Amino acid sequence: MSRTVASATREGFVRPGHGAGLLDVFRKRYLLTLLVRKEVRVRYRGSVLGWLWSYVKPLTQFAVFFLALGIFLQQNRNIENYPIYMFSGLVVVNLFSEAFSNGTKSLVDNAPLIKKIYLPREMFPVASTLVALVNFVPQVLVLLSVSLVVGWHPDLTQGLAFVLGTIIIVLFATGLGMLFGSVNVLFRDAQNFVELIVLVATWASPVLYQWQMVAKVLPPPFMFVYQINPLTAAVELFHATFWYPTTDGRSGLPPELAVHSVVALLISAATLLVGQLVFRRLENRFAQDL
Amino acid sequence: MLKISEVPPETRVVIEDVRKTFKLRHTHSLKETFIAALRRRQISTLFNALDQVSFTIGEGESVALLGFNGSGKSTLLKLISGVFQPDSGSVFTRGRVAGLIEVGAGFHPDLSGRENIFLNAAILGMSRREIEERFDEIVEFSEIGAFIDTEVKHYSSGMFLRLAFSVAIHTEVDVLLVDEILSVGDEPFQRKCLAKVRELHERGKTLVVVSHDLDMVADLCERGILLRKGQKVFDGPSHEAVTMMRSDEE
Repeated sequence: MSRTVASATREGFVRPGHGAGLLDVFRKRYLLTLLVRKEVRVRYRGSVLGWLWSYVKPLTQFAVFFLALGIFLQQNRNIENYPIYMFSGLVVVNLFSEAFSNGTKSLVDNAPLIKKIYLPREMFPVASTLVALVNFVPQVLVLLSVSLVVGWHPDLTQGLAFVLGTIIIVLFATGLGMLFGSVNVLFRDAQNFVELIVLVATWASPVLYQWQMVAKVLPPPFMFVYQINPLTAAVELFHATFWYPTTDGRSGLPPELAVHSVVALLISAATLLVGQLVFRRLENRFAQDL
Repeated sequence: MLKISEVPPETRVVIEDVRKTFKLRHTHSLKETFIAALRRRQISTLFNALDQVSFTIGEGESVALLGFNGSGKSTLLKLISGVFQPDSGSVFTRGRVAGLIEVGAGFHPDLSGRENIFLNAAILGMSRREIEERFDEIVEFSEIGAFIDTEVKHYSSGMFLRLAFSVAIHTEVDVLLVDEILSVGDEPFQRKCLAKVRELHERGKTLVVVSHDLDMVADLCERGILLRKGQKVFDGPSHEAVTMMRSDEE
């Protein structure tokens, strides 16, 4: 005999394993902080340089790009304060890449736990994003200090642009991490695919070049698509925060940046929603398929 | 037929016509799946782990789930803890459910004993305050003593298991799920664990136990549920269940 209607739940009784998704993650904040702290502490265990690595990596990346693009390809002459321009974009892409790729792998990495104990599984991609945010801080500090040296005066608008850019990336990367992370449980192809996306991400946004160069080539409808890419919007917001105020303002920011940012924010929120829905759909099979 | 609307209010666990089927996938990448589908080869086989199982467990009961390997008892435990979801039928629980299921799952070798206690207790659903309140008790029970601030990777396997078990047994629960407790540590510690489980039961906690040590579970639990190939074949006094299971063997 089959029943189509689920039996009514009585007061006090719950169906084990039926959580409230992301909401549960924030109800269990204490566990979340412990998981993040664990990742942060464990990351550089057993290395001599320890936390210095989180400075060494972005600085090396910066040096390579600066040498190749800034000097050999002479972007340094075309774009004022090119080092700051480039680094503010790189910081955004690094945050995105780390949160997204670690989020994708987080469920597989925590397989032993998922198979034995029930806890809101959204915890893992969310923790990945928070860990990426922790690594984002030293990079922002470097960026801040360099900008200050060049004569940057922070103001409220810039602060808002920074916060908005960060929120766009956090929502976008968490959503994608949940989406690809849950697919990755079934098909490990997902994590390789994500590596590809991350590889392309640096070049698909105006990190190393300026948006005007793209505008010369792309017809307007495509240009709009290019600019509402949450990553592009966040990169431009970071330019608006750190780079633009240090220039004479001749090669400006995209005129519609505010509009692009709002659209990008909506896209990021929608991505998070889709990520959560797909996650919920596939979650029932995590414990048995990992 | 069981209905959640009809069970007495002091029930802790309701298993309602539960069926659990496992799909054993033969492919592990999109490419393999695609090629298998093209060639019309079988992508997966189905395996019935539990078939129309129903029962309820009341407050303060101690129940042994019995059966040979593959009879579905661990699957049942995972359905009660929420790790698995039934394919049809429903599972309901009331109150906090936690398990001594393969203790140490959430431990990290690079963290100290202290850090692991907090992490693991939080994974098992405890709040910060509860953990702080019980911290000393957990350390004492584990007999780890001065090594509590040493990284767990330097522990002997016995120390590791004692600490993991100690965290799990000190979680605040209404229903305690126990899978193979007696595989923990040396004999004195096993006896201590068993005594602790009995003590929790005497304090009114509900126990659901899976173990291959039949004499131990028969003594520990009053009630036994015997499973055979995913079906419930007996539900009654634990000693009778064990006798019946032993006669199966012959």
